[in-house]
Parts: sequence; C-alpha cells; structure tokens
Amino acid sequence: MWKFILKRLALSVMILFCVTFIIYLIMRCLPSSFVETQAMTLSQAPGAKPYAEWLDQLSEMYGMNQNVFAGYFGWLKDFCAGRFGDSWVYNVPVIEKFHETVWLSFIMGAISFFFEIIIAVPLGVIAATKQYSKTDYAISTLALIGISLPSFFFATLLKLFFAVKHQWFEISGLVSRDYLLMTPSQQFWDKAMHLVLPIVTLTIVSIGSLMRYVRTNMLEVLNADYIRTARAKGLSERKVIYHHAFRNTMIPLVTIIGGSLPGLFAGALITEQLFSIPGIGFASYQAMIKGDIPFSMFYLTFMAILTLLGNLISDILYAVVDPRVRIA
Amino acid sequence: MKKQADLKNKPAAEKTEALSLNDDRRVKVLSPTALVLKRFFRNTLSVVGLVMIVVMFLFSFLGGFLIPYDEDEIFYTYTDMKKNFVTAEVNDRYRYLTTNSQTYDHDAFEKALNDSKDRYRSGGMEYEIQTLGTDLYLIRSNNADVAIEYKEALNALDTSQKFSFDMTKAALTAHAEKSPRFSADGSDYTIDADGVVFENNTPIAVVSRFIVTSKENGRQIPLGFRNELQKAVENKETELHYQDENGTEYDYSLEYKPANNNWDVKQGKSTYVKDTYSKPSKAHPLGTDSNGMDMLTRLMYGGRVSLVIGFIVVFIAAFLGVLFGGISGYFGGWVDNLIMRIVDIFYCIPSMPLIIILGAAMDAMQIEPKIRMLYLMLILGFLSWPGIARLIRGQILSLREQEFMTATEACGISVHRRIFQHLIPNVIPQLIVICTMDLGSTILTEATLSFLGLGVKFPFASWGNIINDVNNSFVMENYWFIWIPAGFCLLISVLGFNFIGDGLRDAFDPKMKR
Repeated sequence: MWKFILKRLALSVMILFCVTFIIYLIMRCLPSSFVETQAMTLSQAPGAKPYAEWLDQLSEMYGMNQNVFAGYFGWLKDFCAGRFGDSWVYNVPVIEKFHETVWLSFIMGAISFFFEIIIAVPLGVIAATKQYSKTDYAISTLALIGISLPSFFFATLLKLFFAVKHQWFEISGLVSRDYLLMTPSQQFWDKAMHLVLPIVTLTIVSIGSLMRYVRTNMLEVLNADYIRTARAKGLSERKVIYHHAFRNTMIPLVTIIGGSLPGLFAGALITEQLFSIPGIGFASYQAMIKGDIPFSMFYLTFMAILTLLGNLISDILYAVVDPRVRIA
Repeated sequence: MKKQADLKNKPAAEKTEALSLNDDRRVKVLSPTALVLKRFFRNTLSVVGLVMIVVMFLFSFLGGFLIPYDEDEIFYTYTDMKKNFVTAEVNDRYRYLTTNSQTYDHDAFEKALNDSKDRYRSGGMEYEIQTLGTDLYLIRSNNADVAIEYKEALNALDTSQKFSFDMTKAALTAHAEKSPRFSADGSDYTIDADGVVFENNTPIAVVSRFIVTSKENGRQIPLGFRNELQKAVENKETELHYQDENGTEYDYSLEYKPANNNWDVKQGKSTYVKDTYSKPSKAHPLGTDSNGMDMLTRLMYGGRVSLVIGFIVVFIAAFLGVLFGGISGYFGGWVDNLIMRIVDIFYCIPSMPLIIILGAAMDAMQIEPKIRMLYLMLILGFLSWPGIARLIRGQILSLREQEFMTATEACGISVHRRIFQHLIPNVIPQLIVICTMDLGSTILTEATLSFLGLGVKFPFASWGNIINDVNNSFVMENYWFIWIPAGFCLLISVLGFNFIGDGLRDAFDPKMKR
C-alpha cells in the first residue's frame, strides 16, 4: 500500500513538473501581457520615457528578460522554497491574496457540495430502483438538464427572477453597501443572503453528473447476483435496496466524493465571476485576463495539485473502502 | 434427394399452414445496426433528443437561407427626437440696447422711472430720459443717444440677424407712432399695424412683446409659426403642430419654465438611427440587438457557428484520440506508457483557466475574428482528445486479446490494417457515445467563452456572445428577447446531444433489457 502511494506520488510530481513547465511556457510566450500593457500606459504619460525603454526596465524588474528555461527553473526553485512572489495586478504577495480569497470559495464549494450529495444520492437511488418508471424518466431528464444548463444563462435567469423581479436575494457582490454599519450577526446574515444565488447555481449545474453516476452504479449493483440471492432468500425489498444494494453503491460513491474534496478549494471561475463574489475564482480570472504571471502560475499549479491529489485520494479510498481491492 | 423435393414442394402446400418452429423464416433477421436503431428509437428520451437536434439544425442551417436578412445586416429607423428649438417669452420688463458697448446702468434707469424722474445721475454722468412711446424710452447724455429701453422688442425672423441701434430705435419708434414706414442705416422699411417689419415686401422682423429667441444661430422663425406659437402660449397649450410653406409638418412641445418665466419649445425631429433593441415585431420577430441587427437572424447564424465549432472540435479530438489511443492500446509497452503519461499531463492541465488565458492573449494580439475562431477550435480540440484516447486504449487493450485478433495475425494482415480495420470498428459504439456527449460539452464551453468575450467575436454571432449582452444590466432587466431565446437554443442543443448520447449508450449495450 505504502509502496503504491509512494509510486503514485513520484508519478504525480513528474506530471506536475511537466504541467507547470507547459503552463509557464504558454504564459511566457504570449505577447502583450502585463508588462507590455504596463509599459504602454507608462510611456503615454506626459514627458515619459519611450515605450522601448519602459519595456526593458519593466522586463528586468519583473524578471522577464531571462530566457524561458532559466525563468522556469528560477520560478520552480522559488515555488519549492515557498516563495510565490508578488501578484502584479493586486500588488500584494500572491499567498496573501490567496489566503484572502480561498476560504470564501471553499465555504461556497462545501455548502453546494453538501446540497449536491443530499439531493443527488437519494434521487439517483430512487431512479435506479424504479428503472424505466415515470419517476426515473423525470429524474434522468432533470439530471441531463442540469448537465446541459449553461451556468451563465442559469445564473442570469436566477438573477432576473429572484433579484430583479422579486428582490428576495442580492444580484451580485458579497456585502451590501451598509455592511460596515451592521452588527456582526447582521453582517453574517447579509453575506449569507448574497451567497444564496451563487450556491444555488453551483449546486444545480453540478448536481446532474453525480445523480447519473449514482443511478448507473446502483443499477449495476441491482443487477448483481447477490441481490438476486438476497431477494431469493426472502428479504424485504427495503432491506435489499438499502442494506445490500446501497452499501455496495457506496464504494464508487465514496471514492468519487473523496476524490472531489480537493476540488472544493479550486473555486468556481465562472460563477464567482458572474456574481462578483471575491473568491479565488474571481481573483484568478482577473489576474489571468490581465496577464499576471505570478498569480496565474500559482493558481494553475494549485489547480493541478488539487487534481492530482483528488485522483490519489480516490485511488486510496477505493482500496480502503472495498475489501476486494488490494493494491500490490 | 427426396427430402429436397419435399422441401421444394412444401411452400406451395404450406401457404395456409404454419411454419415449423425451427424454420429460419419464422425469425426476422436484423443486422446489429438495425438492432441498435430499434432500441434507440424505442427510447422516448433519445427520440426527443433527436427531434431537438434536427429542429436546431433546420433552424440554424435552413433558417439562415430562408430569412431575408444577412448575419450582420444593420437596420435603421426613424425616431422622434426632441431637440431644443426656441425659447418663447412674453416680455414684461424693460430691455435695453446701447449705442456702444460702454457700461450702462440699467438699474439706475429703472429707479428713475419708478421715481417718475426724467433725469438721473449714474457713475458721474448725467442722463436724460426721453419718452418715445408707451414703455419706450430713449436715454441720452450730452445730447447723444446712449441707450434705448423698451418692452416691445424687435424680433428678427432669422436669429442670425442682429439689428443695429439705429435700426431698433427707428423700428420701435415707428411702431409706437404707428407710422407705416421708416428708414434706418440707409434702407427703407415698412411696418404694419401688427408690428411686422418688411424690407422689400419681405418680412424680416416683428416688433412685439412676444420674444422668441434661439440658442442656435441662424434659426429661421417664419411669421406663421410665430403667430401659432404665440396663440399656443396664450392658451397655455403643451403641444403645437405647424405646417410650413413647403407642406412639411412639425411637432413641437411647449414647456413652461417658471424659473425663467419662459417657454421651452422643442421640435420633434425624426432622425435616422440604428434600430437598436427594438421590441419584437412582424419585421423582427425577436427584435433587434444593440447593433440594430435582427435577433432571429443572429440566432440562426449563431447556431451555425456554435454547432459547426462543436463538430469540428469533436472531430479533431476524436481523430487525435483514436490515433493515440489506438497506437497506445495496440502496441502496449513503452509506447503505451509514454502516451498515457502524456494523457495524464493533459488531464492535469486546468483547461478552463488555460483557455481563458489564451483567449485574453488573443484579445491582446487583436487577432481577426475569423482566424480567432479557427484557433479556438484547434485549442478546444487539442485539449479534449485525452479522454477519447484513454477510452479507446482501454477498449483496444481488451479487444486485442480476443481470438479474432489472433486470426488477423495468423492471416498476416499488416499492423496498420489490424488497428484501423479490425480494432477501431469494434470501438466505434463507445466512440460515438463519447463524441455525442462531447459535442454537448464543447458547445457549452464555447458558449461560456463567448459569453466571457473570449471566444467567438463580433461580427460573428454565437449563442454565447449573444447572451453576453446581459452584462449590461439594463438589457437583462428589460430586453428578455435578446438573451432568453439564445439561452434556450443553447440548452436545447446541448440537452439534445446528451439525450442522444444517453440513448445510444443504452442502445449499444447488449445487456440492455429492452
């Protein structure tokens, strides 16, 4: 087991190395990034130095004058040493901005993940036990609609209905204008009200795939021989489904849920952008479109680590949960 | 021999008789494809999905031909714009005109008039008030005219015309004395009882308390209009219709401004502008967008773009996926290892952030929209092949151990043919299913990018960039016809592909009960 984990870790590090190099290469090779824009702005000020001079000066300042390989290994050395640099757009250390934003994203992700599970799992199980019934069709259709729904369109519909037409929830942002005048409990309530629509969007958009996953696995289990045996020996249908079948469905379910835990920190790029929620997704979107290399590199590496971590966790969980699986 | 003869004779005799149980003719033979299709069409959801996709295709591809408009045809309209025309005022205080621009003390004159004096002093100068008529006074000092004070003013009909002191004095005096003609500055003028001043029988000005001024120079105020306006002001009307001598009708709106004690007269002028955000009508069933383009047409062409991008991207992904997956699965060993590690790396790259970065870079490089669309397809295709490659590899790994592959090897069939003619056809079902699902998700990704302004760009329409208009919250709140139809088109297409993919997966599965 430990050997397997170590082997996977070593492989993950290799993959991470390649991924970060590719990302760095792309970020460095793209023209008109932050430095060029900055130089252009500075050179247009009255009485300023010409563009070329500014560009040279800024490139040196931001370490853009090295070649790509030297730049990459310099970045890698700093990254491994925990020096993530300063964000160009936000003008604060990357790690500070990260700390400032990631927890909000995590809270949002965790809440919507919680709702996703408590809605998707029962519905998936029901759909599978009543295969080809009207309920099954309804649930499957809803799941597919959830998958097919463009998040930006759904979010806009929610905004129009709940924020513009009825004004039950806030249209965007995290706090109201009079936030600073509120008592702590009111402040908490204010933030919670602002987070309702984003969380609903996140939940609805991602609920479909989990629901389908549960249904497919449950169907597979229900077709297994031991379920027929359980029925044959006269167990009640309730006991067959919730005791024998559902427990076996839990195996793939736990692995996939465990695997998606790291993803909760990744933030929701599009949804946060739509609702102007200052989470990690929003911060990195702004950084990325402005060509802020330190922040983007940090975010992309962070995302890659989360993906690898998720895969690793789900592999390990698979072995832990299912006694039939033994990894040599 | 006898048996055969029996068999040959049988059909004639058997026409009325039932076939024996193991007779082949009792069994309807279906090819695997027919079986799959049968199972596919038995599934309600997949049929619904098929109908949705067919409708969207007809809408986008046929609709573009049927609709009379072009993708980027801009529509114009006449709109009534109220423009400031003139200001009207019934004068009830003294106005004055000086001979030159020297300082003149108007207040001192009013004070003297109130005190009924005919002389006053101001600024060390002695002034004399000379009455020319009702509310018309000439101010003199040292036997020279200094100014003229009046309530009935000389209004030029052409606002660019400025009358001299002598002209004003002569006209006002003539009007006060009711003399029919006067001359000033070497020209002769006639004046009628209503105070209209003529030069060579052309009216050029009016002496009246009703003063019409304009902020804009060179405004022609015809006599007829002046009279109509005066009547309207006296009756406190808020609207005025006037037809000039050429027969053109104009609408005016009158508004009383208490602060200045005057009426603001605005002219309704029809202006030729882009027909933006017009409400749905017969000519434009879904209205027009922010550029004055027909929404329905944009929606159709946007559908073309979205669907074509989806298909091309999936084609690229499937091509690369089948190629690398096939090679990897067939050869195994280090080739497999290498390709699978590359797939792992691709899996690990956060694709959405990367596409956003690339989109922002293309923005900065100001790439032409057409080329940009091409790059977008290449990028999306290149980022989505690993999933297909992994699937194909897994299938081929299990297929190559089967007997028919040993047979191909024994027959000496070339490696190339073994992979692409014997292995790949066996993974086609899985490939079709994953490609159909990918179509939906690709369309979604493209729409999201276009929505963020990083995908398909104007002048090309795409469902995503049509919805992009909701970033203007006024459009979101008031013009549902701009973004709701596009959103539903998107939803229907993606849902259609997912329904079909789901139905195909079930249909291809031989373990299926139905």
